[in-house]
Amino acid sequence: MNEVLLPFILTLDATLRLATPLILCAMAGLLSERSGIIDISLEGKLLSGAFAAAAVSTVTGNVYMGLGMAIVVSVAMALIHGFACITHRGNQIISGLAVNILASGLTVTIGFAAFRQGGQTPPLSADERFGPIILPFADALRDVPLIGLLYSELLSGHKLIVYIALISVPLVAWLLFKTRFGLRLRAVGEVPEAVDSAGISVTWLRYRAIILAGILCGIAGAYLSTAHGAGFVREMSAGKGYIALAAMIFGKWRPWSAMGACLLFGFLEAASSRMQGVELPLIGQTPVDLILILPYILTVVLLAGFFGRAVPPKAIGEPYVKEH
Amino acid sequence: MSSTPPLPRWADIGLLPVLNLMIAMVVSGLVIAAIGENPFDAVAVMVKGAFFYDGSLGYTLYYTTNFIFTGLAVAVAYHAMLFNIGGEGQAYIGGLGAGLVCLALDQVMPGFVTIPLAIAAAAVFGAAWALIPAYLQAYRGSHIVITTIMFNFIAAGVMVSLLGGVLMQPGQSSPASRTFEPSSFIPFIHEILNGIGIEAARTPLNLSFVLALAACVFVWVLIWRSRFGYSLRTLGQSEPAAAYAGIPVGKTIVVTMLISGALAGMMGVNEVVGVNHRLVLNFTAGYGFTGIAVALMGRNHPVGIVLASLLFGALYQGGAELDFEFQTITREMVLLIQGLIILFSGALSYMLNPPLARLFARLSVGPRREVQA
Repeated sequence: MNEVLLPFILTLDATLRLATPLILCAMAGLLSERSGIIDISLEGKLLSGAFAAAAVSTVTGNVYMGLGMAIVVSVAMALIHGFACITHRGNQIISGLAVNILASGLTVTIGFAAFRQGGQTPPLSADERFGPIILPFADALRDVPLIGLLYSELLSGHKLIVYIALISVPLVAWLLFKTRFGLRLRAVGEVPEAVDSAGISVTWLRYRAIILAGILCGIAGAYLSTAHGAGFVREMSAGKGYIALAAMIFGKWRPWSAMGACLLFGFLEAASSRMQGVELPLIGQTPVDLILILPYILTVVLLAGFFGRAVPPKAIGEPYVKEH
Repeated sequence: MSSTPPLPRWADIGLLPVLNLMIAMVVSGLVIAAIGENPFDAVAVMVKGAFFYDGSLGYTLYYTTNFIFTGLAVAVAYHAMLFNIGGEGQAYIGGLGAGLVCLALDQVMPGFVTIPLAIAAAAVFGAAWALIPAYLQAYRGSHIVITTIMFNFIAAGVMVSLLGGVLMQPGQSSPASRTFEPSSFIPFIHEILNGIGIEAARTPLNLSFVLALAACVFVWVLIWRSRFGYSLRTLGQSEPAAAYAGIPVGKTIVVTMLISGALAGMMGVNEVVGVNHRLVLNFTAGYGFTGIAVALMGRNHPVGIVLASLLFGALYQGGAELDFEFQTITREMVLLIQGLIILFSGALSYMLNPPLARLFARLSVGPRREVQA
């Protein structure tokens, strides 16, 4: 039985690994957008975080220093976004786009000057990367049918950040729906006037939301370059920030649904690389390129309102002007 | 806002963009200095590389051609308060349309049939790629920014699939189509110049540049001198007002986006029919996104867009020169400058407005202040 299930479990295992940066970025986008700030800068924060993590990790030899720097840099990018669109009421899409292009330019420019390897960082050794974490009893349970596979192969043996991503979902859900901060954050994305008239600063609330988003994107970036990969490669975020954005919309701005969408999109990616060159009945060669664009197509179909309605926070995209 | 008088028109149109550009340049210079190079040397290299070497002006204008098309695409949509960031995908699919016409007709038709049809196909395909996002924005209320982002990725996937599949040249393994017959090439400017006896270096600049300038005139007439342009701008000012005035809002959104997509699609003409002469992967190379910076800098006006396109053309061509002259600076420096320009002249464009307005209010003499009060 295990032989039959193993390929399937391995695909799910890959799904989890591929979905990790998506989940973290989707949670980041969720916090930001729920506070009323459109966040297409997920991609740029992810990319700059990935670069910072690899660069610091290779210089210091300490992967946690890398993670810390990834968070710092990603938050700095988030603050640029915030300074433009919260403080100066600039267009949120334009400033998000600016962050993304800035990240593309900065990572290669600095990387090229610092490491002289065409914009990459040197390949990281095992010490400079996150190692797998073997969950307790994983080895003992390995031979138990089904449970052994699920626990030892699927759940155990991932990098630390995979588990952080899984924990981030209930954490964000709790923060948004069970705390006073979350209530205010959601309110500020729907009717900022009400929050303002209650004497709470709209600006500061939104800044906190995007700082949290920056932290999560920084962690996701560190995952790309120091856990999943072994070093920074130019443009290594490769649109993952945008897929995460799609997943968040697909999940209708709700944490658990967004995670579901991330897992679905991660699964599509894992399955497509597994199906490479495989002949399918009727279709012939698996159309791998087309499977990879399914996330985007599905999101458009959802936005078109064909299955359920995705309603964004009401005040999203509008700079808040305090009335006098 | 109410406390400060508005800026004089010349300052708003002329001074503010220049100041924003200067801030972006100063920050870029600081980055170069931080890397340990001399920013002034870098500027000198870029200016020389963009204008003074043999043939460099041709390269600069070739990039300019792309940016005029994608910049106009963003600007047309922006006047209706629509943010089309799908220029990249629309240009990609537009190029596909032009390429398909060339592949189908180049062996049986002369160039004067193929080329106009290819141009038309680029426009139609680009427009078609904008249709679904436009329709969804107009009638289903989904955000055009998100859908056009998705369509950029879908375009990329479709092109990879086509160029690695049915369109791939038989017997080759690289994802590209066969090269068209020379009869369907858009003439290069250096060929024309050499034909009339003027020495000119080989550059990718071709007659698409003239098409781009014609598109500028078309956009100016469309937006400021046509009935449709009036409804488009009214819609951009206020959707309720437009609806109240009897302007068909949905239809205007869709038609505006179709025109925008068609303009972006025509960028594919320059790349596919003018320069590459075959379909290759990623010939759009981010020019669609640069169009956003161009439109922002050019204040969404055709004249401004030509100037901004020239600036970005010079940046791209001069940036390529950085690779040769410096060991520590690459052409990606240009991306950084581009990002900073989008940040300062786009997202932070209001930052300098109040202090500048206050400065002008202080400088202006008594009578004008009374008018304000």
